[in-house]
Amino acid sequence: MTENMLEIQNLLIEAEIEGAWKPIVNGLSLNLKKGEIVGLIGESGAGKSTLGLAALGYTKPGCRIVSGSIRFDGQELTTLPEPELRKLRGVRVSYVAQSAAAAFNPAHRLIDQFSETSIQHGRMNASEADQRGRELFRQLELPDPDHFGERYPHQVSGGQLQRAMTAMAMGCQPEIVVFDEPTTALDVTTQIEVLAAIKEAVHARGSAAIYITHDLAVVAQVADRIMVLRYGDLVEEGETRDLLSNPTQEYTKRLLAVRSLREERSEQASDAVVLKVDGVTARYPNADQDVLEGVSVEVERGKTVALVGESGSGKSTLARVITGLLPPEQGQVSYKGEILSADLRNRGKEDLRRIQMIYQMPDVALNPRQRVRDVIGRPLEFYLSMRGKEKAARVAELLEQIELPVDFEERYPAQLSGGEKQRVCIARALAAEPDLIICDEVTSALDQLVAEGILELLQRLQNELGVSYLFITHDLATVKAIADDIVVMYQGKIVEQGPKQEILTPPHEDYTALLLSCVPEMDPGWLDNLMGNRRAVQASTSQ
Amino acid sequence: MNFFRAIGRLPWSARIALLILFFFAMCILFAPWIAPYGESQIVGDVWEPIGGTFLFGTDQIGRDLLSRLVYGARNTISLALLTTALSFLFGSLMGFLAATMRGWVDQVLSRFVDIIISIPTLIFALIVLSAVGTAIPVLVTVIGIVYAMPVYRIARAVAMDIEIMEYVEAARLRGEGLWWIMWREILPNALTPLAAEFGLRFCFVFLLISGLSFLGLGLQPPLADWGAMVRGNADGIAWGIYHGLIPAGCIALLTISVNLLVDWLVHKASGLREDQ
Repeated sequence: MTENMLEIQNLLIEAEIEGAWKPIVNGLSLNLKKGEIVGLIGESGAGKSTLGLAALGYTKPGCRIVSGSIRFDGQELTTLPEPELRKLRGVRVSYVAQSAAAAFNPAHRLIDQFSETSIQHGRMNASEADQRGRELFRQLELPDPDHFGERYPHQVSGGQLQRAMTAMAMGCQPEIVVFDEPTTALDVTTQIEVLAAIKEAVHARGSAAIYITHDLAVVAQVADRIMVLRYGDLVEEGETRDLLSNPTQEYTKRLLAVRSLREERSEQASDAVVLKVDGVTARYPNADQDVLEGVSVEVERGKTVALVGESGSGKSTLARVITGLLPPEQGQVSYKGEILSADLRNRGKEDLRRIQMIYQMPDVALNPRQRVRDVIGRPLEFYLSMRGKEKAARVAELLEQIELPVDFEERYPAQLSGGEKQRVCIARALAAEPDLIICDEVTSALDQLVAEGILELLQRLQNELGVSYLFITHDLATVKAIADDIVVMYQGKIVEQGPKQEILTPPHEDYTALLLSCVPEMDPGWLDNLMGNRRAVQASTSQ
Repeated sequence: MNFFRAIGRLPWSARIALLILFFFAMCILFAPWIAPYGESQIVGDVWEPIGGTFLFGTDQIGRDLLSRLVYGARNTISLALLTTALSFLFGSLMGFLAATMRGWVDQVLSRFVDIIISIPTLIFALIVLSAVGTAIPVLVTVIGIVYAMPVYRIARAVAMDIEIMEYVEAARLRGEGLWWIMWREILPNALTPLAAEFGLRFCFVFLLISGLSFLGLGLQPPLADWGAMVRGNADGIAWGIYHGLIPAGCIALLTISVNLLVDWLVHKASGLREDQ
């Protein structure tokens, strides 16, 4: 029996990009011992998913293995014929994808999908698979494990579905499990539970695992060893504790530093209230429940108010009420003392101009058929009646402000990266010369280092122009860095609000305390401590 | 240079299709110069053999079949193109309106379309044409309206997909009017699927016009029309005279070519890779 469960040597994988073959995994090597968890971390395009999938001997359409070897338990996977590979996949090496919703067939029960792999490979019959499923559901701490499998995917929550997918992957007791960003799409509080469940399950089975993520703090909790990847190359590799305390490479240091607090910036602020939301209660048409209840928020000139909450808390709905897309049942929104019309269609151009919005996903926030100069130019034309040379000059000015070269104005969105697209969205908002910009999770879809850049840009613009931000986010690290005031929301109500320092120092409301405790720290023992504490609390309260 | 390189990258089916369609396009533009004889000129005996003095022989009255084919291409294809274009204009406009305005506008338009679509196309055309006459404007209007209905459904579906995108919401938040949103935000993104659909609809329109001519209600003699030519020469089959099959073959050739081209367009628009 070989020492290493998985041995990848000098793997070179190329992908066809715009007609040419380019390397996306550049001669990487990875060794995985039995029972070991290796974390692969890096930004988009680093090659982590490709490398993870290579452990199953699989490449996505459009990719090809050029050279190198992948040995699983002594067997060479690159030369193995497809039918042999299929016998391995799901049984000895399995894969947990990022999106549980996409991995499950909505038309079948969970237990049927769980059993499918085992039965297909002839490992067990239906009743044995059933039994095993219940065992795994219990181990992953899913509610009502004996009957959980009878539900359909749409009847369980995101976190539960992710754990069900983990169960599905571990059904045949594989020797290696590849986790591809399993908690990225989940709320902070759910993420913790799923993370703990995964760690537990993997250690109990003695499986080896590859954990892929872009979040260094998360990988610190589960991995024994970490590999830092960038553009298909290995930047650094080491034992978790060593890497976190003594990173040697510049890139690793930058990734680690991302979570540190930014310096306080100069006050161009005043106490003049720019936006006031007063007792707003709102619900979606044909709904029987309020999405927002009695929400009151104030935003002062030149300041940033962070609106924090998890999915379903009502933060995006509040943004829709403020912009007039969703008229509230009760309450009103006023701008500099004047009440704004509840419905967008009744507001004048000036009112519309003063409040601008930037969206989470720049891919869909920009019209793919409009060039950058048209995207930025339209608000100038529409609100400020600028034309011709004046407009062109102002577009160039704005491009400079968002730190993009002037010749980018020719480009279409498809020719820009995620961060560049978001900058164009910022320029579009700025072009209208607003007093308030609502930032709806603007950095959530971006890589960490890119998000850093965007946040720095937003802060600089605030210092220069005195524009206020209503920053909606679920990421507490971002909040700590840029907010002046914090508003914590939970299920449509405001739990707590006030200046940043006040909210972040104890004593806290229960929910705030919960949120704050769920932000992963760089300490590898943090998760174990947290779960230990929780169990102690549960044990003591159930007595 | 770029044009020829683009053609070189096409699959064989699309290349052949393009060649055939190019030939037909020449017929439309240069009919009087390509056709050896006049459209209704009697040049020989009834049903002269194929391959003799006349390349495709003569028809049931003695007119040159080749010339009639060329003029027929011009007549029917341009009519079909015009009709399809009109039905697209009308159908897309209604579809975009319904998708952008939603609410009762969407309901009223969709139900109206449901009613028209439920009437069998050929019967509807026959009834209207028999009652009102077969003048070209009538033909164009009737067929245009009938075929605007499926276009409405597709345009509406495509527009709805686009309308939920955040860039459309951003335009609304800006205060942009209905016309701007339809014309500048939705239409540019809807062009590719609609273009593919245009090709398919053209085939159906063409077949309908030919079918109506075959039944005597489309283009009237002496105008050349492939469907009418099939009808006129069909009787000969009983005596082993196969001239009627040539215009029928042309109809098939045209529709197959358009289909091959549209297939390729749709494949390109779907964004799927070659190996998927």
